[in-house]
Amino acid sequence: MLLLASPALLVVLVLLVVPMAWLFWQSVYSDGFTLENYRRILTESIYWHTFALTFRISIVVTLLALALGYPVAYAAAALPPRWGAIVLALVILPFWTSVLVRAYAWLILLQNSGLVNKALLFLGLIDRPLSLVHNEFGTVIATVHILLPFMVLPLYSAMQKIPAELTLAGASLGGTPVHVFLRVFLPLSLNGILAGMTLVFVLCLGFYITPELMGGGRTIMVSMVVSRNVELYNQWGAASAVSIVLLACVFAIFYVVGKLISLERIFGVK
Amino acid sequence: MSKLSFGNIVFGALVVLILMFLILPVLVIVPMSFSDTRFLTFPPPSYSLRWYQAFVGNPAWMDACKTSLIVSILTTLIATPLGVAASYAIHNSSHWSMRYLRLMLMLPLMVPIIIAAVGVFFIYSRVGLLTSIAGLVLADVMLGLPYVVTAVTAGLQGFDQTQEMVARSLGMNRFRSFMTVTLPQIKSSVISAAIFAFIQALDETIVALFISGGQNQTLTKRMFTALRDEIDPTIAAISTLLTAASFALIMLMVFSRRMAQR
Repeated sequence: MLLLASPALLVVLVLLVVPMAWLFWQSVYSDGFTLENYRRILTESIYWHTFALTFRISIVVTLLALALGYPVAYAAAALPPRWGAIVLALVILPFWTSVLVRAYAWLILLQNSGLVNKALLFLGLIDRPLSLVHNEFGTVIATVHILLPFMVLPLYSAMQKIPAELTLAGASLGGTPVHVFLRVFLPLSLNGILAGMTLVFVLCLGFYITPELMGGGRTIMVSMVVSRNVELYNQWGAASAVSIVLLACVFAIFYVVGKLISLERIFGVK
Repeated sequence: MSKLSFGNIVFGALVVLILMFLILPVLVIVPMSFSDTRFLTFPPPSYSLRWYQAFVGNPAWMDACKTSLIVSILTTLIATPLGVAASYAIHNSSHWSMRYLRLMLMLPLMVPIIIAAVGVFFIYSRVGLLTSIAGLVLADVMLGLPYVVTAVTAGLQGFDQTQEMVARSLGMNRFRSFMTVTLPQIKSSVISAAIFAFIQALDETIVALFISGGQNQTLTKRMFTALRDEIDPTIAAISTLLTAASFALIMLMVFSRRMAQR
C-alpha cells in the first residue's frame, strides 16, 4: 500500500520537505554554525516591523472575515436548501476565481477614479478621491475578499451539523432569539469558528499577491521580505531565517489548533 | 426564518450586502474588458472587442496562454492518478503511518506558498529545471495533490469497499477490480479532483513568478508583471476569460456530480 502512495509522497518530499530542511540549514550555517541571521531578525527594526505589521494585518483580516463570514454561513445553513445552495454558490464562485484576477478587480474598484471613489463623490460624502489603494487599507480589503470563503465554508459545515430542534427547544423553553443564539447556537458553532479563523489567519500570514500589488511598496509583509531577499539581493541566509520563523509560527498555530480540533476538518473545505 | 420580523429583514439585507461584496468585484471586470477606451472607467463610455484583439493579436500573450494550458493539462494528467493512488492506499490501509502520510500530502496547503516557491526555486536551480515546462508541471503537481487527495478520499468514504472484496474473491486481481468496480463508482469525485488540479495549475502565480521565464512564462506570471507597471484593459480581457474558464469547469463538476447521483 505504501508503494501506491510513494509517487505522490516522493513529489512532496523532494519539492517541499527537502527544500524546507535546506532552508533551515541555510539559516544557521554559512562558513560555520551561526545564529547571526536570527539575531538580526530580533534586533533589526525592519524585520520586527515587518513581522508586527504582518501579524496586525492578519488579525484585522481574520476578525473582519469572521464578522462578514458568520452571517453568510448562518444564512446558508438556516435558509431552505434551495436558497442556501444559492448563497453557497455565490461564495464558491469567487473562491475558484484566480487570486490575481480578484486583486486586479480591487485595483480597478479602489483607484482614485474607481467606482468606489466615484460613488462616494456622487453621494457627496467626500470632496476629493480618497487614496484607497497602494496602502494598508487596499491590502486589507482585497485580502478579506480573497480569504472570506475560507471562513464561510468551515463555518457552514459546522453550522449544518447543529440540529434545528435544539434552537427550537431553546425557544420553546422561553429563550429570546438572542439568548438562544448566544447560549445554544454560538457555542455549537465554535468548532467552525476555530477552523475558519485558523485557516484565514495562517493563509494571511504568508500572503503575497495582494500586499505586493495593493500595498504600494509601503505595506511590506513577511512574504515580501522573503522574496526580495532572494530575488533582489540574493541574500539566502536572511531569506531562510525569515522563512523558518514564519514556518515556525504557522506550524505552532496548527499544532495548538490540532489539539482542539482535527486538522482534517480544517483542510476538508476546498 | 419563516417569520418576516424586522430583525430578519435587517439580517437578510446584511447577508445580501456581504454577498454583493463577494461577487461584484469578480463581475465588474467583465464590462471593463469590453471597454473602448484605455481608461478603466465604469461604466465604459462605449464598447468594443479591442482588448480581446490586443490579447489574441499579441504573440507574447498567446505564448503565455499556450504555456499555461500545456502546464495545466499535464499537471492534471499526472496529479490525478498520483493522488488517486495515494488516496486509495490511505483509505485501505490501517497502518499507523497512514495518518502521517495523509498529513504529509496536505503539507503543500499548510506551508505558506512563498516558502514553497523559494524552496522549489532552490531545488530547480540545482538540477536545471528553471524556466522549463517540466519544472512548472512538477511544482503544480505538488501543489495540486492536497486537493486531489481531499476530493478522492471523500469519494472513497462514500463507497462500499466490500464490493471490491467480492470482485477479488471472484478472481480479479486488485488492479482490475479497482478499475472495473471501484473507479466507475467514485468517478465523479475523481473528475472533481482533476478539475481542482487543473484550476489550481491555471491560477498558480507565486511559484511561477520564481521558476517560469524565458520561453516558458505562464499567463499569470505575465499578468502579474504587467499589473505591477500599469493596469491595462488587456488584463481585464484575460481576467474575464480566466474567470469564465473557472466558472465553466465548476459547472462541469456540478453537472458530473448530478449525473452520478442519478
